[in-house]
Amino acid sequence: MSEPWEDDVEGPVKKFMFINRKSPYGTVYALESLEVVLITAAFDQDVSLVFSDDGVFQIKKGQKTDGIGMKNFSPTYRALEGYDVEKLYVDKESLDERGLTQEDLLVDVEILSRAELADLMDEQDVVLSF
Amino acid sequence: MAMLHTVNKSPFERNTFDSCISMAKSGSSVLLIEDGVIASLKGTSVSDKVSKAMESVTFYVLGPDLNARGMTDDQIIDGIKVVDYEGFVDLTAEHENVQAWL
Amino acid sequence: MPIEVNGKSLETDEEGYLANLNDWVPECATVMAALEDQELTESHWEVINFLREYYDEYQIAPAVRVLTKAIGKKLGKDKGNSKYLYELFPYGPGKQACKYAGLPKPTGCV
Repeated sequence: MSEPWEDDVEGPVKKFMFINRKSPYGTVYALESLEVVLITAAFDQDVSLVFSDDGVFQIKKGQKTDGIGMKNFSPTYRALEGYDVEKLYVDKESLDERGLTQEDLLVDVEILSRAELADLMDEQDVVLSF
Repeated sequence: MAMLHTVNKSPFERNTFDSCISMAKSGSSVLLIEDGVIASLKGTSVSDKVSKAMESVTFYVLGPDLNARGMTDDQIIDGIKVVDYEGFVDLTAEHENVQAWL
Repeated sequence: MPIEVNGKSLETDEEGYLANLNDWVPECATVMAALEDQELTESHWEVINFLREYYDEYQIAPAVRVLTKAIGKKLGKDKGNSKYLYELFPYGPGKQACKYAGLPKPTGCV
């Protein structure tokens, strides 16, 4: 028996990619994805996040949800670094279509083309779409 | 009599917005709510389409939904009026009928 | 089961976590600790206050590993290790300290 403070034996590490394509608040996808990302990271897995299509609004700066009576979960994306989730990618085309730039986003991300994202997706063991 | 149309889906995700403006008669109103507020943003690939529709239809956007998604009044297309929930109720009462595009 | 704090009855879930985050006052921690026969020292408060600040900034209760690392950064290496935190909070620094701090159970807590 190991003491409770001793780390568990390391298990297999898989490459997980989470693809976020939905605006926050209108549906529950964004929040659900974030929860699963945190759980996956707590299990020391290799996690990548992609924000594309309306998913880019999930990390838009300046979200104020008092008026709609829902919890503003956007600050949690800034906690990801502490969970060692540092691979955040944004689809350039999605940003351009919406008139947004890196300046509008509340976390540091790498902006990639669809071809580059497709290559990354190809390298994964598990791809989860939200 | 004028009709109020509400659109609650993003124009990037569904064709709800297109269906709405293709059937919204001149003089009617469109209120963008929930993810529909994304259509009100300035400088997007759909904003020309919105501006064109504004020639015959009055556009409103629900402020609380706009702010929740990190957008402010100065980031939306000129001429779209921001309303709060009370304004939403007023619009509903002022119009003959409401068509909620889902 | 509700807990009595400053003459007020506060709702909790079946595991003793506050139902309403905004109900929290420091006395909540004292009352919850007493229910588990635990006395709160300065060292306990350091962790509880840290968790309050963490939640305020990120809107989540951190996983134990993240908490341990963050405590180490803020309060020094001698405190940023599992052994130290488990000695303070024998039921698990994630679960127990978050509960005293009025936060929800950490995400990813198993």
